[in-house]
Formats: sequence, structure tokens, C-alpha cells
Amino acid sequence: MAEITVTVKLFAQYREGKFKVEQRQYPEGTTVGEVIAETGIAVDRYPIGVMIINGRHVEEDRILEAGDTLALFPKVGGG
Amino acid sequence: MADKIYRVRMNDLSFSVEDVPKEWLGLGGRGLTSTIVAAEVDPECHPLGPNNKMVFAPGLLSGTAAANSGRTSLGAKSPLTGGIKESNSGGTSAGIMAKLGVKALIIEGLPEEDDTFYHIHVTKEHVTIEPIPELVGKENFEVLDTMLERYGRKVAVFSIGTPGEQRMLISNISVKDPQGKIRSLGRGGLGAVMGSKKIKVITVDAGDSKETYLADAATFRAANKAFTKALKENPISGEGLPAFGTDILVNIINEAGGLPSMNFRYGTSENAEELSGEHVAENIQERGGKTTHGCHAGCVIQCSQVYNDKDGNYVTSGFEYEMIWAFGANYGIDDIDTIAHIDHIMDDIGVDAIETGVTFGVAAEGGMLPFGDGEAVIKILTEEIPNGTPTGRVIGSGAGNVGKLYGVVRVPVVKNQGMPAYEPRAIKGQGITYVTTPMGADHTAGYAVATNILNSGGHIDPLKKEGQVELSRNLQIASAAIDSTGMCIFVAFPALDDPACLPALIDMINARFGAELTGDDVTNLGKNILKLEHAFNLKAGLGKADDRIPEFMKYETLPPHDAIWDFTNEEIDAFWDF
Repeated sequence: MAEITVTVKLFAQYREGKFKVEQRQYPEGTTVGEVIAETGIAVDRYPIGVMIINGRHVEEDRILEAGDTLALFPKVGGG
Repeated sequence: MADKIYRVRMNDLSFSVEDVPKEWLGLGGRGLTSTIVAAEVDPECHPLGPNNKMVFAPGLLSGTAAANSGRTSLGAKSPLTGGIKESNSGGTSAGIMAKLGVKALIIEGLPEEDDTFYHIHVTKEHVTIEPIPELVGKENFEVLDTMLERYGRKVAVFSIGTPGEQRMLISNISVKDPQGKIRSLGRGGLGAVMGSKKIKVITVDAGDSKETYLADAATFRAANKAFTKALKENPISGEGLPAFGTDILVNIINEAGGLPSMNFRYGTSENAEELSGEHVAENIQERGGKTTHGCHAGCVIQCSQVYNDKDGNYVTSGFEYEMIWAFGANYGIDDIDTIAHIDHIMDDIGVDAIETGVTFGVAAEGGMLPFGDGEAVIKILTEEIPNGTPTGRVIGSGAGNVGKLYGVVRVPVVKNQGMPAYEPRAIKGQGITYVTTPMGADHTAGYAVATNILNSGGHIDPLKKEGQVELSRNLQIASAAIDSTGMCIFVAFPALDDPACLPALIDMINARFGAELTGDDVTNLGKNILKLEHAFNLKAGLGKADDRIPEFMKYETLPPHDAIWDFTNEEIDAFWDF
């Protein structure tokens, strides 16, 4: 199966022991939820708050396309 | 003893301690300050003239053990917007005023025109108003330290620096925090109102007074426990804010394309990672300092922090998202330590971080100084503004006026007040709050970012118009009510997602006063506050044409989404249909 390259960015507590930004390869048809599982970020401790691809909010079932930038955040707030 | 209204008349340097009128009994915080300003201040008055008044009020729950109840509200007619203003702050003042039984402190009139500045000292049933020549021309930290030396650390302190003395529109009022540092009644140029009344510093000493009685102490304790649990279990107020502070927002707002950059030209900033809460937290861990720090006693969120320089020396505390955005993304400084240094200077001289940062963005646009020049900013803040030079007065006049002076079209203000750190074209619900709130461009009045970007209270697409007016209206009604309780606005995060939070808050109010308020009563309180503030503004001459976005946002698209402001006037004006 063909692979695609996407940019994955992690924020806040998701960076602990992981990375800030990486180019990563996934099989075509990979969903956001599958990327979350593959990175092993601490969603049990810090549930997913916001998923953004190319500046737009998405859900876990969104299928990634080559060249996408996916940003993953736990629940954050301020103001 | 029942709570009292303390009234100070600067025209003859007298005071009175008055019974609280029946119709004000159930009010506190913003509800009380806006009610008193609407009742006693002529909307057509000059904000710096004899007929404006300052009204300080603790919230309904301030002075009790209720978590996060330590906000003090200040109301007046704003010299920046020309409309009604409520600005609130943490610090120790709300608890101290409530314990002394001060329902509100009203300051009215102007003293004789000479160089005298005064110190107002409030104690049980008594107020002294004395000249304080030794502190004229001094900045906030020196004023604060002088007061703490004189009265001890348990005294509340409100003060202005030299910008307030000079009645500059960017000036604010500093409030002592529990660590002896500074929080601010920031927005709307209220430091200029205090300067116009020739008041350098106000101290409030509660002595041994503990006037905050509870009608039903057992119910109050149980409700406070449930409320505190909701705050601590919420991932934002319980985890994210303590770990990273409010500056955690830089990255998410940037990723969503709504981080105003280079004077609202772009929706993302290449400096985002440098400016981010993650980076600030990393620096704090490496250098010493604290990631958690409360702005008032009883805060369980602790979003503030203590930030040190590379050598581990203290630089600033209360290093917030809005300030870091204003000087980082918006004005373009790409070094977080320079921004921290500027934050400390602004605390010391007493200027609003948002208005000042937006002003520098407009000034750079107009060619007064280059974008991103931290040294130029520091020179203006430490030399030009304190000395009242023409350059200092230009920056001190705020973003709207600098735009006019330099012939700039891209001036991000509503009702002449600079916009905070969210682009209205890309976060449209927040834009509706900017244009409709009686406060001028303000983010806390109805924080639609929560639902547009942060998925708190559900999700409404930030780039579409649908649902935004209703969202902003509901948030503004709720915020007006919360601002009356003395609660920090961050209780809104658990309130939006945890059904146990708001009932616990209402239970505390009822147990404090022996009242029987329902959720509907609280909603009606919020509606009434908004309506009376709006009515004041209409009488002051701020009509529908002032509830508008700056025109450039209607024809200039914002990268990366090519977003534009596309609400019709009718859609905006429908905000007030309630």
C-alpha cells in the first residue's frame, strides 16, 4: 500500500517524552484517530481536546491526505 | 453590621458611610458598579471631568471561602471608549473590602486644580484623604512597597504610575496581589480617571473585621466543595492552566489561523513556538521560578506564574497570553525574555498590556518605529512616557488615536479600544463580542473562543457566521452574571462542560445571603446588566454605528483562510433582541 507523508504537531502535555513536530509516514487511508493511537500520546491521562488539520477543526474519523499538517491538543484554555 | 457604601468626595475632601439602598442589596461586582454608574453618572459627562465617578466593588462571594471569588470590579465612564466600563482584577482587594463590609467605594468630584496628589486610606467606618507629595512621579512598585512598609502586608493597595498621573488613555490601576506583586484593573484607561481625581494611591485596611457572614454555613461549605471539585476536575482549569498558564493559547490560536500578527495583517505568526506557553513553561523549569501562582487568595486554578531570566533572577509574574501576543505576534518581538522584561515595566508604570501592545502595532504600521524593536519599546516605556514627552503622549493615547495621528487605515479597535489576541475574521463569534459588548473590543465579555476554537461548550465553526450571535449573546449574559459574583472568568470552562458547576455556584450565593435564586434569576441578572450598560452607552452617544468592526476587515482577507468579516448590520444588531 502506498504511503503518505504528513506533518504531526504535538502540544501541551502531549509533548512529554514525545516530539514537538515531525514528518511521519502513514499508509493511505489512515485516520486521525489511528495517528493518535500510533503516536502513543497520553490520551488516557489527558483526553483529546482539539484536532486541527491545515487550520480547520476535524474529528477522529477524518482521513489524512499527503502533505497535511495535523495538530493535536489536549483540552486547553486561557484568555 | 450590614455592609455599607463608602463615599469619598474629592471636591471638598470629605467622606460618608451610607446604608446600602435596598435595590443594591442583591448586587455585587460588575452588577453593582454598572448599576451605580448608570444611576449616578451623567452619560454625557467628560470622563476626566468633575461628574465622572469611580466605583470599586468586591463580588457577591468575595471575602468568603468560595474558591476563586477574589475579583474586584471597578466601574466608571471610560475616557478611552466614551462608554460605561467595568474592569475587574484579582489581587487581595476584594477579600479585604468584603471583610471590612465595604459593599462599594464610590469616589466622586475633582479637587482644586493644583499639583497635589492624594492618598485615600479606608478603615472601619472611616476614610482619610491626605496629600502624598513624596510619591508623586513614582511608579507602582515603589508606591506599593511604601504602603506595605507603612501598613503591613495585609493592606489592600490600588495605585497609579506616571501614565495615570498624566491621564494617559493606556493607563491602568495596579492592585496588590498576595505575593506583594501587581495585578491590574487593566482596560479602558481607568488609570486616567484616578489621575484626573488626583488620587495616587488607595489603601484599604480591614483590621480585625470579618463582616462576611454566611446565612447557612453548612450548605455553603458543601456547595463550595462541589464547586472546587468541578474546577479541579476540569482538564482546562485543573490541568492545562496550572501547567502552562494562559499562554498555552498561542499555539492553538495560531494553528487555527486566528492569531493576529503584524498589526492584524496575518492570522498566524512565525514566532508562535518562541512565544508559546510550552516554551515559557520550559524556561521556568530550567531557570527556577514557578509555573503555578494565584492572583488572589482562594484561587485553585493558579494560572499565573513567576518568570525568571537566564540567570535565575526574577523578572515578572502574571505573564499572560494577551500581553505576550500583543508584543510578540502583533508587534513582532521574537524574543520571549525581552517581552517578559516589557511586562515588568508595564506593571511598574501601570499601562494596559493589550492597549499598549496594539498601540505599538499601529504605530509601527504608521512608520513611527519598526515592527519588533523591543529596545525602542523599552525606551518609550521607561523614558518617554514617564516624562510625558510628545512621543510618550502619542503612545499613551492608545491605538485609535495613534492611527488617526499617523493616517493609518488598519486600526484594530472597536469603540476606540484595542482588540485582544483573537482575529475577528477567523474567530467570528469573538468578533461579535468585540462589536456588541458595551465595553469596546474586549475578550472576557463573551469568550466565544471557547466554543469556536477550544471545543468548550461544544463546537461552532469559527469561520462561519451561523450560530455566532446567539453564542456571543449567551456568553455575554453569563459573563455579566459571573463578573458580579467576584469569580474569576475561568470558572466558565468547567461551567460550560460540567453540569455540577453552575448549580454549586448558585447554591453558594443562596447560602451566603439566605436567598432563593434559581438559574433563571442569574440569567436575568446578566441580561439586566447588559441592558443597563447598553442604555448608558446609547445616552452617551454610542449607537449602532459604533457596534461595528473596523472597515478594513470587511475588504481585506486574512491569511491563511482568506477570512473576511461578512456580518450584515442587521445580523449584528439582532444581538440586542432579548
